[in-house]
Amino acid sequence: MIEMRQLRKTFTVRVKAGRLRREKRLVEAVDGISLSIGRGEMVGYIGPNGAGKSTTLKMLTGVLTPTSGEVSVCGLQPVPQRTRLALRIGVVFGQRSQLWWDLPLRESFRLLRAVYRVPAGEHEARLRRCRDLLDLDGFLDIPVRQLSLGQRMRGELTAALLHGPEVLFLDEPTIGLDVVSKQAVRSFLGELGRTGDVTLVLTTHDLADIERLCHRLVVIDHGRVVHDGTIEQLHSRYGSRRRLVADLDTPLPPGFTLPGTTMAATEADGHRVTFTLESITAGAAVAALVSAAQVRDLSVVEPDIEDVVARLYTDG
Amino acid sequence: MDALDASVPAISPSRPFRASVVTFRALVGSGFRRYATYRQATVAGTFTNIVFGFLRCYVLLAVAAGTAGAMAGGYDARQLATFVWVGQGLLNVVGIWGWADLSERIRTGDIVADLVRPVSPVTAYLAADLGRGAHALLTRVAPPVLVGALFFPMATPSRWQTVPLFAASVLLAVVGSFGCRYLVNATAYWLADARGPLAFWTLGSGVLAGLYFPLRLLPDWLAVTLWVATPLPGLLQTPLDVLIERDPPALQAGLVALQAVWAVIMLALAGWVQRRAERKLVVQGG
Repeated sequence: MIEMRQLRKTFTVRVKAGRLRREKRLVEAVDGISLSIGRGEMVGYIGPNGAGKSTTLKMLTGVLTPTSGEVSVCGLQPVPQRTRLALRIGVVFGQRSQLWWDLPLRESFRLLRAVYRVPAGEHEARLRRCRDLLDLDGFLDIPVRQLSLGQRMRGELTAALLHGPEVLFLDEPTIGLDVVSKQAVRSFLGELGRTGDVTLVLTTHDLADIERLCHRLVVIDHGRVVHDGTIEQLHSRYGSRRRLVADLDTPLPPGFTLPGTTMAATEADGHRVTFTLESITAGAAVAALVSAAQVRDLSVVEPDIEDVVARLYTDG
Repeated sequence: MDALDASVPAISPSRPFRASVVTFRALVGSGFRRYATYRQATVAGTFTNIVFGFLRCYVLLAVAAGTAGAMAGGYDARQLATFVWVGQGLLNVVGIWGWADLSERIRTGDIVADLVRPVSPVTAYLAADLGRGAHALLTRVAPPVLVGALFFPMATPSRWQTVPLFAASVLLAVVGSFGCRYLVNATAYWLADARGPLAFWTLGSGVLAGLYFPLRLLPDWLAVTLWVATPLPGLLQTPLDVLIERDPPALQAGLVALQAVWAVIMLALAGWVQRRAERKLVVQGG
């Protein structure tokens, strides 16, 4: 559905180099990305600010011309065939609006039907589904400029889907949303993904979006792919481990070790200890700890994707 | 589904031309409704137009009164009053000033949303601008013309062909003005901010389109040069000259044809510049 081969985008930036002199400097925003995304896949595309996520998305939607490399979406070349491609993809840029600012949401949807030339029956069916799932009815008649961010984003998602796109590109769709709106957007996208008809590419800084929605995770940094695989593969590759956190009645004796683990932290004067499980099951570690100390409470913490990704970003 | 779609006729993929017309018409409608939202702005703008109408009218009538035969630039007092008051109304229909939507969207990066639509930005903005013009035609023309007619004697057309020619001329003026404004706004693709070119445009277009004074007051060689070499007289002066029958019918028709040529050139230029811009486009912001 989406193919990228050695995709590259270079920007020229002018940098001050003296009182009057300006120097041209080349910035490799996207530096040779090759990816293949199949029909119905849900792919999380993440990376730190300036990693090249949005630039990639803009090249995939035909807005930016690649400096070099090949790209095809739905079998079309995005830049030369942009208007044809536009009929087959949906795009939500979290920080941009594609709705008509001064008009009510209802009017925007009606206009989009005319712009995308959607038959009335299909339009109605899709809109009804979005109205139900995203709970739009309360604000369909309010001008877009007066909508809250959460309401607008639900409108944007609907607008991107009314023409039944094969691929949906979402550039930070949950940015700035409160917990409830984020939840609504996520469960809607999850629902959409379950049908398997829509290929979804999602960029985000909120890793909970990815954990909920995407089986495949692509991490980019400095314009290059640094990870492409499942979240589990990311954890095993970067050695993220489960941790055992225990609250103790009395601190452990000095020099205490729990076989197969490493001591990660000691807090509250030794009353709380954290072990990283290296080569031991959680059960065995718990049994060993309980026999060695007076344990008041304990929990096994799953590896945190945020930590892994933060390490990835800083290492990069 | 309540009457959500009642106003969009059936769209059939097997009839592409009809589908394009439906799309275009819907976009025209969006431009109309957008301006219809701001009623207070319409009232305030109309009031300002009327105030400036009085100023301009008294100045031009004073100029004419000081000349032999009370004619200025070939216009009598009635024609001058009509020129001013219809001009005050048409000013908003043609919309020479105040349109910075495109440059704003380029500056903020929102232009991305326009580029992922299956309609070219020039077409989409033209449609919306025609809608804006239609709204101004219905709301902004009548008040200054009525006020003018109350306070000054005005000229009425005497030839039958003046009315259709005037209608065509106004439409061409809107299209030509759109082309010019699109080009001025599109400088933002290169400059990131089009405020400089827009200020220059506001100053230049007012003088050279015939808003501040009829261009016929200029020496002939200069007036002819402006007409032939620039689209600007076609934005306001030509439709007004047509309405007040400043020239014989054949010359009137010729001026409107010239307007049409310029409208086509400006639209083609806008399309060309847009394509050039897309090739080098750097979208602002993440």
